Amino acid sequence: MEPLVRHKGKVACLNRVNVDTDQIIPKQFLKRIEKSGYDPFLFYDWRYLENGEINEQFELNQGEVQGASILVAGDNFGCGSSREHAVWALRDYGFRILLAPSFADIFYNNCFKNGVLPIRLNSDSWSKLAPYFKGEERWMTVDLERQEVEICEGMVLSFEIDPHRKQMLVEGLDDIGLTMRYQQYIEIYEKEQMAPYQRVYD
Amino acid sequence: MGSTLFEKIWNQHRVYQSDDGQSLLYVDLHLVHEVTSPQAFEGLRMAGRSMRRLDLTFATMDHNIPTDNPFVVHDPIAKRQIDALTDNCREFRVPLADLSSAEQGIVHVIGPELGLTLPGKTIVCGDSHTATHGAFGALAFGVGTSEVEHVLATQCLWQSKPKTLQVQLNGKLAPGVAAKDVILGLIAAHGIRFGTGYVIEYTGSAIPFLSMEERMTICNMSIEAGARAGLIAPDGITFAYLKGRAHAPKGVEWEKCLDDWKKLKTDVDASYDKTVVMDVSLLSPQLTWGTNPGMGGSVEGVVPHPSEYADEAQRFAVSEALQYMGLTPGTKFTDISVQHVFIGSCTNGRIEDLRVAATVVKNRKVAPGVRALVVPGSKGVKRQAEAEGLDEVFLQAGFEWREPGCSMCLGMNPDIVPPGQRCAATSNRNFEGRQGRGARTHLLSPAMAAAAAIAGHFVDIRQWELEQTGGVAHGTIGPA
Repeated sequence: MEPLVRHKGKVACLNRVNVDTDQIIPKQFLKRIEKSGYDPFLFYDWRYLENGEINEQFELNQGEVQGASILVAGDNFGCGSSREHAVWALRDYGFRILLAPSFADIFYNNCFKNGVLPIRLNSDSWSKLAPYFKGEERWMTVDLERQEVEICEGMVLSFEIDPHRKQMLVEGLDDIGLTMRYQQYIEIYEKEQMAPYQRVYD
Repeated sequence: MGSTLFEKIWNQHRVYQSDDGQSLLYVDLHLVHEVTSPQAFEGLRMAGRSMRRLDLTFATMDHNIPTDNPFVVHDPIAKRQIDALTDNCREFRVPLADLSSAEQGIVHVIGPELGLTLPGKTIVCGDSHTATHGAFGALAFGVGTSEVEHVLATQCLWQSKPKTLQVQLNGKLAPGVAAKDVILGLIAAHGIRFGTGYVIEYTGSAIPFLSMEERMTICNMSIEAGARAGLIAPDGITFAYLKGRAHAPKGVEWEKCLDDWKKLKTDVDASYDKTVVMDVSLLSPQLTWGTNPGMGGSVEGVVPHPSEYADEAQRFAVSEALQYMGLTPGTKFTDISVQHVFIGSCTNGRIEDLRVAATVVKNRKVAPGVRALVVPGSKGVKRQAEAEGLDEVFLQAGFEWREPGCSMCLGMNPDIVPPGQRCAATSNRNFEGRQGRGARTHLLSPAMAAAAAIAGHFVDIRQWELEQTGGVAHGTIGPA
């Protein structure tokens, strides 16, 4: 996985709450067996009209956000289905950073497995942000090492992130490879604590 | 201080605790289906890795399966995905309940039915409704495809410990009010994210009156409240359900397990991070009017007006939802007509659900212009229903009697609702486009869905005279 340490990118804003993974990628695109190539299907029912034409009203179809790699979104982003395809579609579209007041748990986990950084912003910061990004081309810099987002010159917000997940992103580590280092503990567990009626619940 | 049920299971499964707060958790049961697994198997192949525990892995096919003739898959991409699961299971030697197996069905229906789901286990699956299995006092949650691959390779997962949320359900359900109404009412009252970051434990005086299938319906939709998992401490009803199931322990081992499982409850001096209380005896039958499971209310109510909401973002979300749903504020729910009815899914596709729906439709006819589907949750459920003659009841009323699968819950197979049409569904999500682009979904209980099929519009099931009076006898239906 490509390490993520510092990232400067153009910002797109989706000022909606409770964006569920059925909206991020509708179910008809979950039948593919590949792990990439999901870019055309991102937000499909919002991005395109029923006749297949571009929906000019949709936020991500506006000229000033083309090529954006940072997405600012509303509360509870990624709720609903566990489909990792939602993160693949965001990633394949070009997003590496997501900012929202909160994310759904499974979606949040899935981001880190794909080199996408979800940043939780407090609601105050967010309400300042959303109008700022409307109608104009904006850029932002995210420094994962320092846990800071530079919204514009002079406006820097800090964010919290679990140290384990941060390390995985910064080093671009493969999760499974890392776990293999703990194989001896897994073997001990299987030997000593696995039999169903030998379990001690305390 | 004592521990909660969740903490007992968590602690017992912790293989390693890292300094940064992450736990490496052991997974006792990994359920696999065709949609979220192909990229995981591909990942193993590309890295030259093998599977750690074939004996703790079980696969089935459910999401894509056509329910008219499961063996004829017209959609070439769906077929490729089904074939990929068959090939992957053969290559890695994973046990698979495929279309010709008598055990095939929705992954969250067959786990409990086969006795794979047991108290105290950690259970994961690449599907958010894995929370269902928590009804047995197991810690069960949905994971993404990368985590599926991680479990295939290591049988473990890195997790940070969630907080605990007690949902205390008190009282006894009134006749005509179902487990589905409990979870819909709970989410309507507290919103779709009150469980985010938490594992729910459902407790309270209502629990002993709930059958295993009713408990599964409640735990199943924990994710619709934002919680990855929802548990109920196992009791006599749990053990009676499990005894004799194909994969459940037998003989001496069963007795030993029972001793163990009886310890699976929250200690009296344990505390939860948060508690919410609900008196279920006050509940009416519920239905949703909007585009997330929290946008719902009691059947005697009306479609709300966006101005009733304090928050601007909420007002916007509600007005968008009403526009999508084609509903006018102030309309009585019972005046809303439906064109489709779907009875099935991992939430409400089990034998008790079909029994109660059959009671409602018996000697009645589906309203003209309504297409009504019954999709049993598994081959096992279908066999049992047919043995009881329920298929005849449904067919005579004008329902379609289908083969098992996820079907119209998410419309990955050909069972979809056309744009602008309205569906009364016993499933779990009413998101935009969930049942098909432009489809308008209303979530409700099996009895309410069955009644809507007959009337052609929503009705308050409590006002219907049913042939077997009293509706469902909660908690009294034993193992099949």
